[in-house]
Amino acid sequence: MLAGAPQYLVSGLTQGAAYGLIGLGYTMIFNTTGIINFAQGEFVMLGGLLSVYYLGAGLPLALAVLAACLTTAVVGALMERLTIRPLVGAPAVNAVIVTIGVSILLRGGAMLAFGKDTVALPAFTGVRPLLALGAAIQPQSLWVLAVTLALLAALKLFFTVSIQGKAMLACSCQQKAASLVGISVSRMALLSFGLSGLIGAVAGAILAPITMTAYDVGMMLGLKGFAACILGGLGNPFGAAAGGLILGVLEAFGAGFVASGYKDAFAFVVLLLLLFVKPSGLFGKAGVERV
Amino acid sequence: MRRSLRGNNAVQAALFLALLLAAPAALPNDYYLSICILACLSAIIAVGLNLLMGYAGQVSLGHAAFYGLGAYTTAICTTRFGLPIPVGMVAGIAVATVVAWIVAVPTLKLKGNYLAMATLGFGIIVSIVFNETVDLTGGPSGYVGIPRLALFGHVFDTDRGYYNVVSVVLALVVLLSLNLMHSRTGRALRALHVSEKAAGSLGIDIAAHKRFVFVLSAALAGLAGVLYAHYLSFVAPASFGFSASVQLLVMVVLGGMASVWGSVAGAFFLTALPEFLREFEDIDILVYGAILVATIMFLPDGLAGGLRRLAAKCRRAKVSHAKAD
Repeated sequence: MLAGAPQYLVSGLTQGAAYGLIGLGYTMIFNTTGIINFAQGEFVMLGGLLSVYYLGAGLPLALAVLAACLTTAVVGALMERLTIRPLVGAPAVNAVIVTIGVSILLRGGAMLAFGKDTVALPAFTGVRPLLALGAAIQPQSLWVLAVTLALLAALKLFFTVSIQGKAMLACSCQQKAASLVGISVSRMALLSFGLSGLIGAVAGAILAPITMTAYDVGMMLGLKGFAACILGGLGNPFGAAAGGLILGVLEAFGAGFVASGYKDAFAFVVLLLLLFVKPSGLFGKAGVERV
Repeated sequence: MRRSLRGNNAVQAALFLALLLAAPAALPNDYYLSICILACLSAIIAVGLNLLMGYAGQVSLGHAAFYGLGAYTTAICTTRFGLPIPVGMVAGIAVATVVAWIVAVPTLKLKGNYLAMATLGFGIIVSIVFNETVDLTGGPSGYVGIPRLALFGHVFDTDRGYYNVVSVVLALVVLLSLNLMHSRTGRALRALHVSEKAAGSLGIDIAAHKRFVFVLSAALAGLAGVLYAHYLSFVAPASFGFSASVQLLVMVVLGGMASVWGSVAGAFFLTALPEFLREFEDIDILVYGAILVATIMFLPDGLAGGLRRLAAKCRRAKVSHAKAD
């Protein structure tokens, strides 16, 4: 029964790293604007599909992925500028509905532009699996883990060293106070949507060789990312990353030991049970009171 | 004062029913009648969800699950177990209600985004169960052969007959909601929306009120599900997934939070919209998304709020006109 465990762990961590990155995107936008961006999953879809598109257009793989991520970052920034900023003063639920509308637009646009077929991106460095501890590890899994770690390190640096990063943190602590010390909150919102687009697209591009991609993969991935940041405690970027890994591993073990059809259900059941015990997530601030 | 308000609600609901019953005369063909039936069913759920979201301020991203529970329960009871249709219908509503009660106890302790996540997770779990328990539900391809509604020896097998039934049910649900919101319970719900602490200090049992409105809205979703199953005589899990829950939430927000009539308008608008977008063919989904975004951007308090502001503007224009004379 336990023979498959190392394999489940590897595939769970790989998938979970991607969930973590998606959750990270939610967290960035939530921290600066207080909005849950339901178009986050579509950024992931765009990252994968645009990589395939640029590759088909003749760019080498590395450049194609880079171009896809940058394009998605621009899409994220445009989304903020065109649909979120005009909403200033409206209740948060309106902004959430707008992000749902934008996600429908992006999904529809991708369907028209790239068709309905499921496509795969070639693996970054071959497909010969490495054997270790009874598990076959795809080289792409290592890429996923490495890129996730690198991105987390870069973000940590961004938030602690760069002035923009510090300004963004300030916005998440107290928007009014941040604008009093001269931080442009709306520019930070723009930056957070751009960065979220970038991070989401990276997740989509590194995952595309493993799970394939299509115009409609965004919704489920987006939900998993949302679940990851709730699991970790909303607002804590590293909690989101950890939440993603936990969710991915849970899912892999659920699929392996319970039934693959129920893998999503298994992850959500555990998430619900956890929320009932710890209503503000694993690493969330204890600000969420219980009645 | 209260008596006159209540009388007012009954008059409003009766006028609404008259309008609903007269509407088919203006429809070009029976196809639109079936859209109207589905719109009425959505409106029943949206009005219930609005009690929960608009008035009590509790988000649910999983309401389609209760819709599905109602539909599947009556489908299975009336075909597999051969129970009479009224029994199946009561069972469908009962299952939605009981499940909501069980879910409500731990879930409603959560707030804001955590509550959204929990209800979303619940919805997805139920939808996966619909998909995976193939022996019971028929799995992804759906459940066929559900009998058409028959009550008191009369079979409602024409769309027109069925439309009359759902119109009456919708009008009753609207009346119930209007009355509820003008009652002590309704005021308590609005109070706990504004501040749970303040409401609690006034002696309102917060947990009990939240649970009540959650269970009531789930029961209404179950009622709509039951009517859905006996209308289409076919149910499939795709109608009750996350997208359906989101659609219901959008109906409430688009119609205007905390407005019973807004939710009805939102439900009719969003159900009819795809039909009008058919002529755009491939790009209909883009137009749908664009309309959704634009409506929220330009009507921040929904269709109901937009109409209210338009009416106020007209009144002002009339007043200034009168002054100019």
